[in-house]
Amino acid sequence: MTIHLSIILFLPLATGVIGALLPRGLARWAVLAGTLAVLAYAIVLLFDFDSSARGLQYVTDDEWIPELGIRYQLGIDGLNLFLVVLTAISWVACTLVAAFREQERARLFFFHMALAETAVLGAFLAQDLALFIIFFDLMLVPFYFLIGGWGTGDRVRATTKFVIYTLVGSLLMLGGAIALGVLATPDGGELSFSLAVLEERSVPEGSQQWIVLLFALAFFVKAPLFPLHGWVPETYRSTSIPVLALLSAVLSKVGVYGFLRIVLPVMPEGSQHWQELFIIVAVFSILYGSILAFSQDNIRLVVAYSSIAQLGFIVLGIFALEDKGAQGAVFQMLNHGLVVVPLFLIIGVIATRAGGNQSVEQLGGMAFRAPVLAALFLITTFATLAMPGSANFIGELLVLFGAFEDKLVYGLVASIGVVLASVYMIRLFQRTMHNRVGPRARSSEIDGLHLAAIAPLVAVIVALGVYPSFVVERTERSTVDKIQAARALSTQAEVSVIR
Amino acid sequence: MSLLAQVQAPEIDYKLLSPVFALVGGCVVVMMVGLLRSPFVRQTLVPALTAVSILIAVGLTIWIWDPGDTNPIIEGALAMDTLTLGLSMLFYVAGLVAILLSLRADATRVAGQGEYYSLLLGSITGMVVLAGAENLITLFIGIELLSIPLYVLCATELFKRESLESGLKYLVIGSVGSATLLYGLALVYGATGSMQFEGIASALGGDEVSATDPLLLTGIALTITGLAFKASVAPFHQWTPDVYQGAPTPITTFMAVATKAAAFAIMLRLFGHALALSQLEWAPALAVLAATTIVIGNVGAIAQRSLKRMLAWSSIAQAGYLLAGVVVGTNLGVQATAFYLAVYLLMNVTAFAVVVARERVSGYGDDLAALENLGQSNPWLAWPMTIAMLSLAGFPATGGFIGKFFLIDASVDGDYTWLGIAIVIGSIISLVYYLRVVAAMWMGRYEIELPSVPPRRVKPVSGWSPEADTRAQPEVAAVAIVFAAATILFGLWPDPLFDVASDVGSALGTLR
Repeated sequence: MTIHLSIILFLPLATGVIGALLPRGLARWAVLAGTLAVLAYAIVLLFDFDSSARGLQYVTDDEWIPELGIRYQLGIDGLNLFLVVLTAISWVACTLVAAFREQERARLFFFHMALAETAVLGAFLAQDLALFIIFFDLMLVPFYFLIGGWGTGDRVRATTKFVIYTLVGSLLMLGGAIALGVLATPDGGELSFSLAVLEERSVPEGSQQWIVLLFALAFFVKAPLFPLHGWVPETYRSTSIPVLALLSAVLSKVGVYGFLRIVLPVMPEGSQHWQELFIIVAVFSILYGSILAFSQDNIRLVVAYSSIAQLGFIVLGIFALEDKGAQGAVFQMLNHGLVVVPLFLIIGVIATRAGGNQSVEQLGGMAFRAPVLAALFLITTFATLAMPGSANFIGELLVLFGAFEDKLVYGLVASIGVVLASVYMIRLFQRTMHNRVGPRARSSEIDGLHLAAIAPLVAVIVALGVYPSFVVERTERSTVDKIQAARALSTQAEVSVIR
Repeated sequence: MSLLAQVQAPEIDYKLLSPVFALVGGCVVVMMVGLLRSPFVRQTLVPALTAVSILIAVGLTIWIWDPGDTNPIIEGALAMDTLTLGLSMLFYVAGLVAILLSLRADATRVAGQGEYYSLLLGSITGMVVLAGAENLITLFIGIELLSIPLYVLCATELFKRESLESGLKYLVIGSVGSATLLYGLALVYGATGSMQFEGIASALGGDEVSATDPLLLTGIALTITGLAFKASVAPFHQWTPDVYQGAPTPITTFMAVATKAAAFAIMLRLFGHALALSQLEWAPALAVLAATTIVIGNVGAIAQRSLKRMLAWSSIAQAGYLLAGVVVGTNLGVQATAFYLAVYLLMNVTAFAVVVARERVSGYGDDLAALENLGQSNPWLAWPMTIAMLSLAGFPATGGFIGKFFLIDASVDGDYTWLGIAIVIGSIISLVYYLRVVAAMWMGRYEIELPSVPPRRVKPVSGWSPEADTRAQPEVAAVAIVFAAATILFGLWPDPLFDVASDVGSALGTLR
């Protein structure tokens, strides 16, 4: 029993509240200090983490609402360790960029930023299904305000669409989760939503099937995956850059993380039942995302659709139900988050240089007087398209290995996505950085602020490319444990088919 | 021997009946004192006496609170058990809120302070009697005592057409509802041969009447219809938006919260006690009504620009959620209903208090435009409204979330999983109109394609100038802030409410 995770979890919110009470100008620094403290704490945890141990570490387990069987249960294992670090590091970068920009109603803005960090960390740390859903939904509140209050263009419409899309999924998931908890309770037993308890209890396979579908709906919307990505274009156009970077890098991971944390271990039969469907969704997302990313004119949307493709890879890796695939998926969650934050921040820089213009056609020639910007962009571009030598390459390779093992056809189709990624990313890079100088583009070097936010992230990307086993050896054991039950079922099914 | 001596007077337990005495006494005193002409008496003393009378009732209720004691008093006519007492707390809180919101309202000035407040106390008395009704006569007396003062109260803004219309509409439709209910009660009596709930239950348990007796079923159907009118359950809800919109807002607040709680109190008692054994007969019908109500209420609210109409439709939807707790007919269902009624009170009072505050000063009445940019101009009202809307929509960390969680839990547990899913779908639809309110407050001008309302001149209210009104309405803002804080508090720490709910559930000890 430790208090460490509670400190990490509520530190951002606390600084947000303090910031709201401080004079107008100081709120941003309070919240920034909070995100830095969380990052420091997360890094200490990262090095203190015992990679040889099984199960959860730094567990916090208290009664919260006993009448409904909801416990305040937090814990870290290989599965969420790096996601917590990713959250912490992304929030530092984005808060830093936002803090130096003039914000209207700054206290409110930074309060929502802080609340958002607490909610996301809560969703990653929760080890109780109800607690997870509470944080999963709570996340929407700050983002609703951040998009609607500080976005551009048709922001109210965009934020309403975003929240309704996401909540449709997550409220149905709530219904499914309560049903799961009640149906799993044996006669005379106490209602409980603790994941550890749910893993031991069992739910009839018929119920598992529809409950898994409700969960998948919530997670696919959040990710987003084809065909539930309807909220993406408007939201990505209207959201301000720092918020968008967080939305794309971190929030998208909560959904896919939910599969590994909840769906596969708690409802293995149900997951195995829908394995084929989910793989098809993943492969479609890869192809659809890649093709659309290639045909977009708005630079934000290029990255938006490339994210759909990347998340398709992650889901493919998870539902290949093979050890390698799942490891690759977990690794890709981290990698994708790490490249998307700098990508969006760079897009922000490019857009300012072009007077707010975000059309690929009208940009160009930026690298001319901005070699550092171009270099940073090039590294993230290579990482995104999974150039050999980058961590993303290893991640995608593991995913594809997992898929090849017994879903060969899907694996082959998915590998087209790897090729397409290099096409749209290089197109994006060339059209903005090289070519003739665009009509409204202005070439000048990256400013110190953005350098300070982007360079450390790029350094981490490079470091992971050089030393990927740092991540893989810490995540391996937990990941394999989580897919164990479903994997066994899937192998059984194959054996019976062969017979 | 004279005739009088042959009639045996029932034994009355004055201790248990004391909250009712406090209210009736207050009713008479307030009416009399209100006849004095001095402005001090009318504007300060009368509301104060009303509040004192309610507070005495609260104190007495706590004094006689005794979980486990379920014996009815007055020859079995009235049960002052934890179900009655627990839910009557909601009536008292709603009454106190109505007093605070009425302090500077037009209605009290126009209609006479004494009459207004004394009618309010009369209505609360009716609710307590209704919630505790243990036989069919008490039930009917309670429902009439509750309704008749409300018909008048709705029409207290004498110079506003909408208010008069609202009162008349409520009177006509309420009377139809009462007549239907009375007919239903008569048929139930005819079928079972007993006025007492206890007697009805034992008649159903014995061989005297089968659960599928047509006379009984017709009686139950008509009773459901009558009560559905009061609780604004679809398809008997049509009066709700008009009446809610036309009535003075403090009265709307009181009606939305307390009347609903009273109607559900008697439903819990009637279906959970008297008719518990014929659950298989009435539950499917009620379940269909619940699902219909959820859909109709939520869809109806989408097109509303008037906040009071929107909240009226939303209250219809909430009635549907609450009905789920009655349908399952389990102890868990009773607890979930009681719990949800409590958080329903918190979030609705918050929302209505903000409407009252804005209606007085904004010049847009209760139109959505009255809230525009409230986040910047008055965050002390905008935050409570935001919390109320998020809680009504069922966002986590609010009481509304826990309440819905509990109701869905009870539905699934009572083998009505589909009704749990209906609640979820209802919440999804409700996002559209709740989030619209939040967007109007925080995200600037918000266009929806509905007719705009011309600005309204703000009238001076009872000795307060309009300027003073715009500056401060401390009591209205205080209500909004306190109830919003409670909504959050019970979202994070619901244990006290759960304790009360489980006491309330224990009153119907026969349920599983």
